[in-house]
Amino acid sequence: MHEKTIAELAGDLRSGALSSVELTQAYLGRIRRLDPGLNAFITVSEEQALTAAQAADAIRARGQGGPLTGIPIAHKDIFCTEGIKTSAGSRMLDNFTAPYDAHVVERLKATGTVMLGKTNMDEFAMGSSNETSFFGPVHNPWAAAAVPGGSSGGSAAAVAARLVPGATGTDTGGSIRQPAALCGISGLKPTYGRVSRYGMIAFASSLDQGGPMARTAEDLALLLEAMAGFDRRDSTCVDRPVPCYAAGLGAPLTELTIGLPKEYFGEGLDAQVGDLIHAAIDVLRRLGAQVKDISLPNTHLAVPVYYVIAPAEASSNLSRYDGARYGYRCREPRDLEDMYQRSRGEGFGAEVKRRIMIGTYVLSAGYYDAYYLKAQQVRRMIRDDFVRAFEQVDVILGPTAPTPAFDLGEKTSDPVQMYLSDIYTIAANLAGLPALSIPAGFAAGRPVGLQVIGNFFAEESLLNVGHRYQQETDWHVRVPPGYE
Amino acid sequence: MPLEPSQVREIAHLARLAIDGNDIPAYAENLSRILNFVEQLNLVATDGVQPLAHPLDMPQRLRADAIEESDQRELFQSIAPATQDGLYLVPKVIE
Repeated sequence: MHEKTIAELAGDLRSGALSSVELTQAYLGRIRRLDPGLNAFITVSEEQALTAAQAADAIRARGQGGPLTGIPIAHKDIFCTEGIKTSAGSRMLDNFTAPYDAHVVERLKATGTVMLGKTNMDEFAMGSSNETSFFGPVHNPWAAAAVPGGSSGGSAAAVAARLVPGATGTDTGGSIRQPAALCGISGLKPTYGRVSRYGMIAFASSLDQGGPMARTAEDLALLLEAMAGFDRRDSTCVDRPVPCYAAGLGAPLTELTIGLPKEYFGEGLDAQVGDLIHAAIDVLRRLGAQVKDISLPNTHLAVPVYYVIAPAEASSNLSRYDGARYGYRCREPRDLEDMYQRSRGEGFGAEVKRRIMIGTYVLSAGYYDAYYLKAQQVRRMIRDDFVRAFEQVDVILGPTAPTPAFDLGEKTSDPVQMYLSDIYTIAANLAGLPALSIPAGFAAGRPVGLQVIGNFFAEESLLNVGHRYQQETDWHVRVPPGYE
Repeated sequence: MPLEPSQVREIAHLARLAIDGNDIPAYAENLSRILNFVEQLNLVATDGVQPLAHPLDMPQRLRADAIEESDQRELFQSIAPATQDGLYLVPKVIE
């Protein structure tokens, strides 16, 4: 049954061919057996999962519930889950039991999903390889020596290895799409403000957005419909009706114009990855889509802009971890200052400390205009490139990542090299646009992702492109050897 | 512009991060590399471009100034490092 998608499992649950308790036990068994080799989970909440599965079966028995009632999922360990450890991949929160549920967690609970546990991640979502986690790196199910991508690497690996049919992730600079690409699954970063950030541990608040990760675009549609929606507890959450995303799937692509930005196919792109993306574009062309060359001239500035804005916001957000009210406190502090400094120095890992220091520096007196204000101006130029492009095209296509999964340890010594693995994903966060990654083949045995960027609130259109592509291809049904 | 070890110490102090003295040179090197990388923004002409703070240029929403939260002190203090009589304990500040 672990071979089935959420949509297929929903049919089995509805017909009574399968109970949620059976399904939950089967997945928990796979996690017990296979996760020791992957390290995709930080916490497995077996007892709570079985209780939730029984409740879901009772709802189904009354003839009630929706498509997600009884479906097992996992949450990235950045979403607060009441009564369950929520670590953000950090020693700082290793002892933190969340006192409340994130909005996304509440919403998915209300639809009857069954949470199996919390997935591993880069510390405070700062990383592109899952190697900054306090709980150790996650291994890519397709190649144990390779990274799963990051920061939502645990969610991506768990879905790819069929330890869970769907999971949540968060995306600040590519943290849903890049691990989805590197693990051969589908992942969607929604429009900024589409999904509430309430209870989602903050990294860079003007960029952070939660979203779904699953094997197919159809499953993403089911999950997004449950996750999206207005929440007044997030001051940037947008009050706008949530469409039935699954109902929009299957529409013809004959009216669709695809833009190919020349900057996404230039220097730095692995040749095999480039070939696979062109092959994917040909599939969509055969389905009737028009293809047009476009330019996003400020693309090369996206990563530098991001590495001013994201650390600046992070240094401010992470100032809350002071060892006073929750989280890690150093042993025997001499005085208050010592408590702050050592709790933070010992509680945060090296990459988080680097970013806090960069953020502190660029926001400090005398440097603010040169770095932060400048970056915000260039951010507008990057967004305006997209606004102009969407006057001519409906979606923008390109690779999700410049290469397939790299090896563990390959990029840990040079932070800038690591940052450049997000070169194609970061611009969508800066512009606030929705973007999808779906599997488009394999290079040297490792998965490659196709990225589809859409206009504001065009998630339906992105999911339809992904769904139509997946009806014509079988990359998304391939299973990593050893996880059949 | 490379950062000097003394600047790294100053930034670490501003950020209230205790950094082992042996690690300062490595931080200086990595932070300099990152700053050097973002320097390329200085080559971009941005005269007259409005800084973008929100991708949809939306203003912050306001709500009525009314109490919405209930008292959850016991729940919140149950995860605190140290409390006494409903208060958070920290090292002595005033002698």
